[in-house]
Amino acid sequence: MFELSPAEWTAIRLSLRVATVATLVATPLGIAAAWLLARRDFWGKPVVDAAIHLPLVLPPVVTGYLLLLTFGRRGLVGAWLADHLGIVFAFRWTGAALACGIMSFPLLVRPIRLSIEAVDLRLEQAAATLGAAPWRVFLTVTLPLALPGVLAGMVLGFAKAIGEFGATITFVSNIPGETQTISSAIYSLIQTPDGDAAALRLVAVSIVIAMSAMIASEWFARRATKRLHGN
Amino acid sequence: MLRVDISKQLGEFSIEAAFTSEGRVTGLFGASGAGKTSLVNMIAGLLRPDRGVIALDGETLDDAAAGVHVPPHSRRIGYVFQDARLFPHLNVRQNLDYGRRMNRLVDDPAQRKRVTDLLDVGNLLDRRPGQLSGGERQRVALGRALLSKPRLLLLDEPLGSLDEGRKVEILPYFVRLRDEANVPMVYVSHDAAEMRQLATQIVMLRNGRVTALGGVKVLTAG
Repeated sequence: MFELSPAEWTAIRLSLRVATVATLVATPLGIAAAWLLARRDFWGKPVVDAAIHLPLVLPPVVTGYLLLLTFGRRGLVGAWLADHLGIVFAFRWTGAALACGIMSFPLLVRPIRLSIEAVDLRLEQAAATLGAAPWRVFLTVTLPLALPGVLAGMVLGFAKAIGEFGATITFVSNIPGETQTISSAIYSLIQTPDGDAAALRLVAVSIVIAMSAMIASEWFARRATKRLHGN
Repeated sequence: MLRVDISKQLGEFSIEAAFTSEGRVTGLFGASGAGKTSLVNMIAGLLRPDRGVIALDGETLDDAAAGVHVPPHSRRIGYVFQDARLFPHLNVRQNLDYGRRMNRLVDDPAQRKRVTDLLDVGNLLDRRPGQLSGGERQRVALGRALLSKPRLLLLDEPLGSLDEGRKVEILPYFVRLRDEANVPMVYVSHDAAEMRQLATQIVMLRNGRVTALGGVKVLTAG
């Protein structure tokens, strides 16, 4: 029974690619956002904080529709990108990656922010008195100590990206081989007569991926505590 | 030569202090809450004075009126904190080497050997800070500050977190440091006995004000 068809493999591979690209591109931005929220006070900080968390509370279909309006072929940003840089998001796998990246961003940022907040400011001061300029303090003290949190955030973001459905299907539709991820494949299969077995196989794959991500994320969190206590 | 003439408001508490020191070890003496740590943080550049000047060997580090504030990483002033503050993700060797790397100094094995011998930390190099005793941690912190080749070394109650037995064990290292390392120091303590053993000049602080200046004999006078 547990033999995956080529179509199912295509959906799994596409999901992995979309989630990997989304996570890798979002991580540096997520670290920057987490650092700003953890270490800086600036005008409009509550607004930035809320904007980052918005995809978590907004209906995914709304996020997807907003993406379509902005990054679609006739969207303000989408048209410019297509005309000047040749980058097209609409109905492409890159659009799925963009949707997944935005939807998973709050989950990525949160553990990183918490782990940066947990880094003792007094260690950063000590580094400064030893001659480290602020950016070197960040690279040699803050980031290494927050690294387990960064990895935990990446794992969580990846898991969210791989399961994203609403915003993705709204923005880039459900095209097999291009934008049909595991989630949208399951959705299609449920609506197909005799699709139950295939749907269940993909459900099992999703559960395995999600469970692995949670376990990995826990493991990184434990490493973080150990690292901060210097053993 | 260190010249300090500053004032700083910290909530209800205010510091107004002026002194110059040329001694090998300037003892900043006072009860807890006298403003010693805030004053040392200003010398290190971690805290910015509201008014006044801090200058070291003729170089202005702070001049509030002129808007001058040299950031801590550019001051070349070493700082040994009461709570060591070793980097937990680095081993002792990497902690000791940190200041040299950050200041882009050339590797100086002779100096490294001199400092590790002086402080007896040669057998700890591969350990993580979590595996060190309080006294060992403080010695490594001292070595780390020394190896960044500072122009001035600030020591904020470096024995404060140690029990009596440990203090007796560490104090001789500071005496050796004073006599062998060629770095002027500002030593902060509320312990008159420590001061008598180490300091060559005393700045006495009470409620954020300097109440006495001079040789170690001001300790008995006060």
